[in-house]
Amino acid sequence: MNPVQDPAAAPEPHGSPPSAEPHPIPVAVSGVTKRFGTVRALGGVTLEFPAGQVTALMGENGAGKSTLLKILTGDHQPTEGAVVVNGKPLALDSPARARAAGIRIIPQEPEIIPHVSVAENVYAGALPRTRGRLLDRAGLNRRIKADLDRLGFAHVLDPALLGSQLTPAQRQLVEIMRALTGGTTARLIAFDEPTSSLSEREVDALFTLIRRLRDEGIAIVYVSHRMREIFQLADRIAVLRDGSLVGVQDAGATHEGELVRRMVGRDLSAAFVRQRVAVERLVLDVQDLTTDDVTGISLQVRAGEVVGLAGLIGAGRSELALALAGDAPIHSGSVTLDGTPLRSGRPGEVIRAGLGLAPEERKAQALFLRQSIKDNTSLVVLDRLRRFRFVRRAAERRLAQEYTDRLRVRAPSIDHEVGKLSGGNQQKVVLARWLARKPKVLVLDEPTRGIDVGAKSEIYRIIADLAAQGVALLVISSELPELLGLADRVVVMQGGRITGELDRGDATEESILQLAMADDIVGPAPGASS
Amino acid sequence: MTLTRTPSPAVKGSPGDGTAARRPKFLAGPGGQNISLIGALAVVLVLFGVLNENYLSLSNMQVIAEAATITGLLAIVQTVVIICGGLDISVGSQVGVASVVSAMTFTATGSGAFLGMAAAVGVGMLIGALNGIVIVYGRVNPTIATLAGLAAYKGLAQLLSDGRAQGYVLNNDVFIFLGRGKMAGLPVMVWILIVVAVTVHLLLKYTDIGRNLYAIGGNDTAARLAGISINKYLICVYALIGVVAAIAGVLLTARTGSGQPVSGSEGLELKAITAAALGGAALKGGKGGIGGTLLAVALLGCLENGLTVQGINTFWQNVAQGALLVIAVVIQQRRSGERAVGLPH
Repeated sequence: MNPVQDPAAAPEPHGSPPSAEPHPIPVAVSGVTKRFGTVRALGGVTLEFPAGQVTALMGENGAGKSTLLKILTGDHQPTEGAVVVNGKPLALDSPARARAAGIRIIPQEPEIIPHVSVAENVYAGALPRTRGRLLDRAGLNRRIKADLDRLGFAHVLDPALLGSQLTPAQRQLVEIMRALTGGTTARLIAFDEPTSSLSEREVDALFTLIRRLRDEGIAIVYVSHRMREIFQLADRIAVLRDGSLVGVQDAGATHEGELVRRMVGRDLSAAFVRQRVAVERLVLDVQDLTTDDVTGISLQVRAGEVVGLAGLIGAGRSELALALAGDAPIHSGSVTLDGTPLRSGRPGEVIRAGLGLAPEERKAQALFLRQSIKDNTSLVVLDRLRRFRFVRRAAERRLAQEYTDRLRVRAPSIDHEVGKLSGGNQQKVVLARWLARKPKVLVLDEPTRGIDVGAKSEIYRIIADLAAQGVALLVISSELPELLGLADRVVVMQGGRITGELDRGDATEESILQLAMADDIVGPAPGASS
Repeated sequence: MTLTRTPSPAVKGSPGDGTAARRPKFLAGPGGQNISLIGALAVVLVLFGVLNENYLSLSNMQVIAEAATITGLLAIVQTVVIICGGLDISVGSQVGVASVVSAMTFTATGSGAFLGMAAAVGVGMLIGALNGIVIVYGRVNPTIATLAGLAAYKGLAQLLSDGRAQGYVLNNDVFIFLGRGKMAGLPVMVWILIVVAVTVHLLLKYTDIGRNLYAIGGNDTAARLAGISINKYLICVYALIGVVAAIAGVLLTARTGSGQPVSGSEGLELKAITAAALGGAALKGGKGGIGGTLLAVALLGCLENGLTVQGINTFWQNVAQGALLVIAVVIQQRRSGERAVGLPH
């Protein structure tokens, strides 16, 4: 997202000023097909985005949502068909043209320049300047104040804050301000999974804002995997599958089950419920563990048990997971794994003792994107695959093949680069790595984040199988229905401490949220996510 | 499930993948890169072969091989450190220190050739490990740390030698054998290069140590969480560079007959890095191989010799070398498909 805001660079299409009588269908796509080589990413999609309505775009990963958004924003050009703006087909051959036509996107990961102020971030690329071509600070301040007041963000966004000081929600506000200020009026704003790093309260505020924008007559496109949000927000729901539009319906005329069926093309029980297995001996015993980020954590996980770890963003769940994996210094307390006390700061020692972590950010923390599925899978078992320090290559291939088959990783071969796989398949490669290691304890941090419905249910099945085989599992998830379906017990964290523990019978979304917001601490939301 | 990304041409030969295994070992690694290197090498050979009839003679080829050996040794270890995401621009200065230490120890101990070599290798290992410790525990960027080393070790070599060539070793059979000897028709120096190349190649491609080095360069956070002791590996890699640079220093002494603090080793870091980059080692880490690096060393050696044979000013050779480094990295960036800074998506 390049916030070029120079209206002169890309003239207003067809000379119709956006301030004129708004067109009822400001933006639409007509018969849009997009091919990449021989692969068809979109096939003949015709879809209108009416003014003053929220159109939700749903579909599994790879269904064509991203491609459609990129065509709207001028990043891709359609192979056939066109984007229609105010009733007239328009060649959006660059992001600047799309911007000039009033089409804006709020990307999933806001692009914020860390060392400059909010004001400079908002107007980056079109900063006001004096006649001597110096930055016009006074003008900048006037402008940001005016825009903050106009948009009603004045109380939530201090224009003097630096990019690096912003919370995820504030970062999103900066992107929204970029979309709403500048040369031309926005006709359509697309939100690409905006809530994935927001807390519940921030989500509410975002929704209020989106509704306001909608009521001002802007066409909203909303992309999300979260059903509940879709039904809270959307007026119309469009479902894509394998690059084709399955259908558009009014949100009131459909329900979750039907949408899932349309997305995957098959019936799928939306709520996964794992069968309980006989819980055995104590495997993971954490006593009064304190690190930089968590305080006085005591929890136990037994063989065959799935313990859910719930909490809001910033509750310290991921920090706890990393500490268990040996990646944070332990100040006090102990972690005992199957009778073996673990020292801190040594992930290798923890792995040898039998604990594996599938971390939250799979691309940044777990995967080697330019290496093959085989190399990614075998990395933590090389010590078992070597003879004198030489890796037994045939055995390595067999092992990688076995686990990628077992987890149904969809790829041409185990030599395929991991960076070219979809999110769900990447997550399966991370799981394959740990399954190959046969750990006693597996910690899964947001195992289904950003993964489509079909892959999610496969991950649930894998978790259930592991528990049935006697692995002790600690699962962190921000999706409460998922946690309720999987876990035998739910441990709730808040502010780096455990605030409560609920048995499967007592755990409901409400009871968990109550514990997660126990003290309702209002403070600066930590930049680190949980 | 389809991929959400733009499909790109089928599986490229990433380190140690199956497609590479089916190719001859020599070509294992980034395939396309090696083929273009062979093409460039052929062009250079044909061009200078046509211009000068002696260029392709066996004796000239031997001159090229001997001249390229020291660069080759350094390029091999440079490839290793680049694969794990680091860089060492102090290699040339390390060679100078080792050269001086070997000759001076030899002289001081009354013609103990092996003692001289052992001293050089020992000092080399210490210097390399020091680089590693500064980088790992001082958290200094490798480029800066070894830039400091480039200056400091050069000064150290000059201090030890009082700034001039030291000792005379060509009265000793061992040094004569190293510098001038032949085995099975090939110079001993070239044999040493071959042994080091094969050893490092086996290390990188067939051992878990090699896999871990690629992992560290590919994603250090993920490598750490996968239980790899990154600090230990990095210090060992820099120490390995010190050892191999010391071997190169001993060879330099054997070639020239005395310990050389600066001449003969200055500028070697540029050649080594250029060869590694030309050979396909990604400067971001995680990618590269010995086959490509050796091809690039051969290309650089043939080019340099051809230009010299043609009587082209050595100043131009420097220009050519700098240009080649930039070209190599530009090609690398194009291949990696990364979006250029400042261009729209």
